[in-house]
Amino acid sequence: MALDSKVPAGDLADKWTKHKGEIPLVSPANKRLMDVIVVGTGLAGASAAASLAEMGYNVKAFCFQDSPRRAHSIAAQGGINAAKNYQNDGDSVYRLFYDTIKGGDYRSREANVHRLAEVSRNIIDQCVAQGVPFARDYGGLLDNRSFGGVQVSRTFYAKGQTGQQLLLGAYSALNRQIAKGRVKMYARHEMQELVMVDGKARGIIAKNLVTGEFERHGAHAVLLCTGGYGNVFFLSTNAMGSNVTAAWKAHRKGAYMANPCFTQIHPTCIPVSGENQSKLTLMSESLRNDGRIWVPAKKEDAEAIRAGKLHPNDIAEENRDYYLERRYPAFGNLVPRDVASRAAKERCDAGYGINKTGEAVYLDFAAAIMRYGAEEAHVKGLKNPSDAEIKALGEKVVEAKYGNLFQMYEKITASNPYKEPMMIYPAVHYTMGGLWVDYNLMTTIPGCFALGEANFSDHGANRLGASALMQGLADGYFVAPYTVGEFLSKDIRTGTIPTDSKEFEEAENACRQRTEMFMNVNGTKSVDYFHKKLGKIMWNEVGMARSKDGLEQAIKDIQALREDFYANVRVLGAANGMNPELDKAGRVADFLELGELMAKDALERNESCGGHFREEYQSAEGEALRDDENFTFVSAWEYTGVPAEANLHKEELVFENVELKTRSYK
Amino acid sequence: MDLTLKIWRQAGPEAKGEMKTYPIQGVEEDMSFLEMLDYLNDQLIDQGIEPVVFDHDCREGICGMCSLFINGEAHGPGRKVTTCQLHMREFKSGDTIYIEPFRAKAFPVIKDLMVDRTSFDRIQRSGGYISVNTSGNTIDANAIPVPKTDADKAFDAATCIGCGACVATCKNSSAMLFVSAKVSQFSLLPQGQPEAKERVLNMVNQMDLEGFGNCTNTGACEVECPKGISLENIARMNRDYLFASLSSNK
Repeated sequence: MALDSKVPAGDLADKWTKHKGEIPLVSPANKRLMDVIVVGTGLAGASAAASLAEMGYNVKAFCFQDSPRRAHSIAAQGGINAAKNYQNDGDSVYRLFYDTIKGGDYRSREANVHRLAEVSRNIIDQCVAQGVPFARDYGGLLDNRSFGGVQVSRTFYAKGQTGQQLLLGAYSALNRQIAKGRVKMYARHEMQELVMVDGKARGIIAKNLVTGEFERHGAHAVLLCTGGYGNVFFLSTNAMGSNVTAAWKAHRKGAYMANPCFTQIHPTCIPVSGENQSKLTLMSESLRNDGRIWVPAKKEDAEAIRAGKLHPNDIAEENRDYYLERRYPAFGNLVPRDVASRAAKERCDAGYGINKTGEAVYLDFAAAIMRYGAEEAHVKGLKNPSDAEIKALGEKVVEAKYGNLFQMYEKITASNPYKEPMMIYPAVHYTMGGLWVDYNLMTTIPGCFALGEANFSDHGANRLGASALMQGLADGYFVAPYTVGEFLSKDIRTGTIPTDSKEFEEAENACRQRTEMFMNVNGTKSVDYFHKKLGKIMWNEVGMARSKDGLEQAIKDIQALREDFYANVRVLGAANGMNPELDKAGRVADFLELGELMAKDALERNESCGGHFREEYQSAEGEALRDDENFTFVSAWEYTGVPAEANLHKEELVFENVELKTRSYK
Repeated sequence: MDLTLKIWRQAGPEAKGEMKTYPIQGVEEDMSFLEMLDYLNDQLIDQGIEPVVFDHDCREGICGMCSLFINGEAHGPGRKVTTCQLHMREFKSGDTIYIEPFRAKAFPVIKDLMVDRTSFDRIQRSGGYISVNTSGNTIDANAIPVPKTDADKAFDAATCIGCGACVATCKNSSAMLFVSAKVSQFSLLPQGQPEAKERVLNMVNQMDLEGFGNCTNTGACEVECPKGISLENIARMNRDYLFASLSSNK
């Protein structure tokens, strides 16, 4: 099938307005007769469900958590970008567009990204109207901070809990529609199969996780707002339940998976402490506004720290290597995430890591504390304040900005970041890849849409900080509610989708068989055993640095692990009732296929770009070497039965408004 | 460290539950409390015993999904932490730890340590929102300045994660802290004013319908709240409620 991105003709800046004006409308009387399923209730799902219901469609929303408010968007910390230019620092829609394209290393679609930048401004207006309590300055107006990869302050925030506040805003809009009966909410439900009728997505089989029952739900369109697949690495900043199952079921039914190897490894996370660790915790990128990243300049100092014989505070300024400031003077500590992560890995690989595993670097607030303290002392009119006074004042300022993050850090590590530098290391955080979608956010299955992190469209090979929240809400509030109409307008005569058809029966039977299969293996190893093993393979070979040999080995190892899984997994308990182990088995089975496709995708992409770094393709200075001549395309994979035999389709990326350049932050 | 765990096991909502004893060895102090339970479950699976069911998701203290009454305290010992942020270094080898579900009439047990908190969602649906459509065509975000102190207080109230520790802790199983946090958030912002009266009346009414108890100003909820939501919010809600019931047009 040829991939048609359906990008409208015309000037970049006019495409969306023009397209929106040309989408056929569905009359209110007909909307009432149309059903839409929304899977997932994070920023994208909750906002889409609320908006579609407002417009008059009948919406059914599903989430696996006990409440829509728990979706993992809640954990986003730092902020949300919008081209408001409130700070008067030269920001504009074009600049946000350009930064995002460049940050993504020229592997995203121009028209989608421009649309995102355009609607970013409406998001802030909308959220304030909903009562989202963003941070404000003393004049009562909204405050901003800076994020990596940009030179303006366009990030709106609510302390270190921006995702929470935005999600609760979307949840409140959703609640308003649930109360009106316009949305039917199914919590503790998981989508287990996409149902296709006449080549179109016409419903899902959902499992009620409390009773174990399979339910048939028909609809005229299905929106997958199910987030990313970072948990394929087992250890990631994702929630424990985050999974690829809904997207993977759609993939198996014909939705292409785009750029699956584009994974974001976030530079500032709390390092791994032990074998029993279940997840990694992010320390917001906003900390890089004020924190300085360093390792000892001398190897013997690093060794002494690892042996517990030296304290970081005792290392003199001239013996510290602020390697980001050294390598990238123009952006310093605020280089994009992929660049910062690789630089940390490079230092640790070279033997300068500073915790017992040798895989950690410092994020230091001492300088910021003194700087803010001096400012406060000046404001308060203190004459000749002592260092201790300045420090105390500075700590207060830092606490007001990042208090909850510092507290979170201290709880996990039992170390006080006001007194000694934080230890951080990169961890899997976000997946730029996802289901391929056209300009209307529709996958290659008619009627099946993908929104937010679940699709691939806006971040190319590397996402900039504070852009995930922007994309989730843009897709859910302002894009999909319109573009879904284009598909549904052709469906006004279809009538209710019956669920007693053979298609629904077959889909339900497939779910039952899968469940029975897991229950009957009766093996010897827990689901987590396999998940952890898969995670190790992925992290070592499909992580921050990839090579041909490593990827080929990873593919073989994953295939062997998958066989082992189906032969030896042990799921206890019963199928007809609450059984989290059984649910986990289903998710890990899908990860075991996805992981192989990711390795295959990484192997085929013979270049380094953004978060995808192939060791064979780097400059003498260790920077990523892109190959625009041969790889300026989106890899869209078609499922054919086994991941090894997936078919590659290419969507050529055309840049009409931006010149492709070597990305430089020096 | 070696521990003795006493854990509430209950096969289903209607089943009779009981405390079961599980000795566990080799717990590391860097494990979070939930990682300790993962570790236990791995061993139970090895022994052919069905693993303990408990709610959890983000494991960084923000989703509000984890719960647990540990040694008689919601989210265990320590202040301003959720169970997932509690680490085993808070315990010592030889300890016996009692682990129970959050208990309240409005939080029925689903299985083992997992409870049903959808009553909270129903309260939110009764008025925990501002009625604005999602067109994006509202006024500019900076059109109405909000005094920083009000915005900060609204934010503090809005940080409630809806975990239910306040209810589990309260001797009356009252949800006043939870409800007042949402009422306060909107009550402190200009955008929340048009619906303020109906909001507080409807949310309090729904809270009562769900079977939550009343507030007797004990203050245990504030102490156990992992987000430090202040009792001040309850006072504000009482004020708003009284004002609304005396002056509402309804």
